Amino acid sequence: MKTKIMKNVLLASTIPLLSLGSINGFAATELSLWYHGAGNPVEAKIIDQIVGDFNASQSNWKVALQSFPQESYNDSVIAAALAGNLPDILDVDGPVMPNWAWAGYLQPLNINSAAIEDFLPGTKGYWDGQLYSLGLWDAAVAMITRKSTLVEANIRIPTLAQPWTLTEFNAALATLKQTGKYDYPFDPGLAWKGEWFPYAFSPFLQSFGGDIIDRESYQTAEGVLNGDEAIAFGEWWQMLFQKGYSPGNSQDSADRETGLVEGKYAIQWNGNWTALNMLKAFGDDVLFLPAPDFGHGPKIGAASWQFGVSASTSYPQGAADFIQFATQDRYMTAFSDAIGLIPPTKTAAAASEHYRQGAPMATFFELSAQQAVLRPVTPGYVVAAKVFEKALADIADGADVVDTLDNAADEINQDIRRNLGYGH
Amino acid sequence: MQKNSSSLTQHNRSGWLFALPGFGLMMLFIVVPFVFAIVFSMTNQRLISPNPTQFVGFENYRQLLSVNLLVLDPVSTETGELKQNTDGTLTYPRIRTFTRNNPNYPHLQGMKEWFSWQWQDKQVAILASDPVFMKAVVNTFLFVMVVAPLQGAFALALALLINQRLKGINVYRAIYFMPVVVSIVVVSILWRFIYDGQNGLLNNLLHSVSFGHLAPVDWLGNPDTALGSIMAMSIWQAVGFHMVIWLSGLQTISPTLYEAAKIEGASGWQTFRYVTWPGLKNTAVLVLIVITMQAFALFAQIDVMTNGGPLDSTQTIVFQAVERGYGKQDISGGSAISVVLFVIVLSISLLQRHFTREKK
Repeated sequence: MKTKIMKNVLLASTIPLLSLGSINGFAATELSLWYHGAGNPVEAKIIDQIVGDFNASQSNWKVALQSFPQESYNDSVIAAALAGNLPDILDVDGPVMPNWAWAGYLQPLNINSAAIEDFLPGTKGYWDGQLYSLGLWDAAVAMITRKSTLVEANIRIPTLAQPWTLTEFNAALATLKQTGKYDYPFDPGLAWKGEWFPYAFSPFLQSFGGDIIDRESYQTAEGVLNGDEAIAFGEWWQMLFQKGYSPGNSQDSADRETGLVEGKYAIQWNGNWTALNMLKAFGDDVLFLPAPDFGHGPKIGAASWQFGVSASTSYPQGAADFIQFATQDRYMTAFSDAIGLIPPTKTAAAASEHYRQGAPMATFFELSAQQAVLRPVTPGYVVAAKVFEKALADIADGADVVDTLDNAADEINQDIRRNLGYGH
Repeated sequence: MQKNSSSLTQHNRSGWLFALPGFGLMMLFIVVPFVFAIVFSMTNQRLISPNPTQFVGFENYRQLLSVNLLVLDPVSTETGELKQNTDGTLTYPRIRTFTRNNPNYPHLQGMKEWFSWQWQDKQVAILASDPVFMKAVVNTFLFVMVVAPLQGAFALALALLINQRLKGINVYRAIYFMPVVVSIVVVSILWRFIYDGQNGLLNNLLHSVSFGHLAPVDWLGNPDTALGSIMAMSIWQAVGFHMVIWLSGLQTISPTLYEAAKIEGASGWQTFRYVTWPGLKNTAVLVLIVITMQAFALFAQIDVMTNGGPLDSTQTIVFQAVERGYGKQDISGGSAISVVLFVIVLSISLLQRHFTREKK
């Protein structure tokens, strides 16, 4: 009995293996697509629709979607790459893309640059002068607060043209602290570990005039991560926590989600993905304000998840066709309407519910277009981001600013040397 | 005779056959990765890299373990007097001027300050090429030295308490054992709420017990309390497991010995000292070694609760190995840490066995 079952199982499992080869001969070629959004039904619905529409629109290719939870997505790709099992099309987080391109996981994306000319800069992933990845959306970060909060405290409401200056922002925090109404006047969000740190806070450093790494050569962090501007940034950062303006590393992640709505915080540094909730909570009273100008212009981080073509695929053209198909305005608008992401083009934005002219979140589109700075475009970013995160966490905990930044710069440089310059 | 030997080999063969799945899996998932770790630790292997792997000998270990000493003279003014700050402290030159491209101190190149102290008017600094790893080693040893005896003792106390014939004693056994079967990740998340610095359960409790006199403590956010908090939580979590081991030891002790002790008129303490404890000798060795090995592998609590912070006060060896190997894509560095940990745990287990051996 048992052997019979075994036999059946074996037979059943060999049939698809055998048929796989034969189908290729006369039907559409199957392209596998890996996506990071498992567990999000809204996202899944749109991506399913894109795949379905693409498969119906032509007869050469048949895309098969496989979704992964975001937390384990990068690990899955790395494991697949080591085992030689990469899919044909995969999505990749913008700042990680150069790392994967350098490692030979991705190949350049064959899409005419004229076709994507009016895309937001953060949605286009260039490495070594070539396009490797393209996004269906971007994300942006803003100072979220309430009009009534600022008016009551007699604080000027900043505009895109005239953001807060460093002194103005510090004064605003002091004023809000003095009111005694809030646990903390400003919540930068230290509860969110990981990529949030470099994504959300390295633009502060850049606005001060420093950076994580020298973008001329990408060979050193010396002088940019530990120069005078960076030290000024570090001291300001430490001041936020020492003066009790901001909740530190041990911030409760529940407070991060609800603190602004509950009135624990006056101003929150948060992304457009929370904007829908804030609108629901505050209605007309909500403000999405630009980052303060700390001396070198207001800056925010750019680039979110993007699609790329794996280096091992035999059908790069089919993969590129799919990506080009997916980047139609209607799909980008659909993503934006459903989850509040920023559409990459003006036309998609104009058609979207939240980002069309005069809509409450239109600020984010302008923020993204005007102030967004890519995180360092280098394969070494993955390590530099970790080092930067630890340095900022330590400074917030009261570590010596100069020593911490010096050590961080040393560690980044050492990593670059160990990787023979990361191919720059 | 003939028959005997053939049946023996026959049995042997089926024995090996039965052992094969277990052996095979252990080879594949324990021995092979371990050999890989030793090999990788001698190379510059990366998780992701198009660069070829090179043999680097003991470079990773040198990078990890180098320690050096630097004595600094205070800065003096032009007139030769010692320069004093407004608060009367002396100033010292920056350590980085010695450890960065200083031709007079080539042996200190790339090192960083681990800790330093004042000695007369000089500053003595201990430098390490990897102070974070050094802190991780110190923290891990601290953790083991506190957790191993406390957890063992608490587990024994619980085992003695529940080793009684009382109604409903099984309920207590289940309660004490419950944290063991819950995933450590879930337990860590729950304890993060308990330790929350503003309105956590523990702070609320202390607040009401002290009638508002105790200010809330940011248990996991303060370098002085973070490691202690994780120790307390870890002891609580695994104490039930060791309780069960003690319990099984207790139940192997023959009741006749207790009867004899009773007849001789032994007190409760004397019974424990001269009957129970000698009977638990082997169990004690097992519990001690198991707790020590588990404590050295401290990782999940750190990963979920503190990420090694604040200010490296909860860095541990395994957390550093994972952080380096995967987070920073440096498989060779992570492997070197694993090998160092293996050597530490092995030597301590051998020492424990030596000291707890049966003396003849």
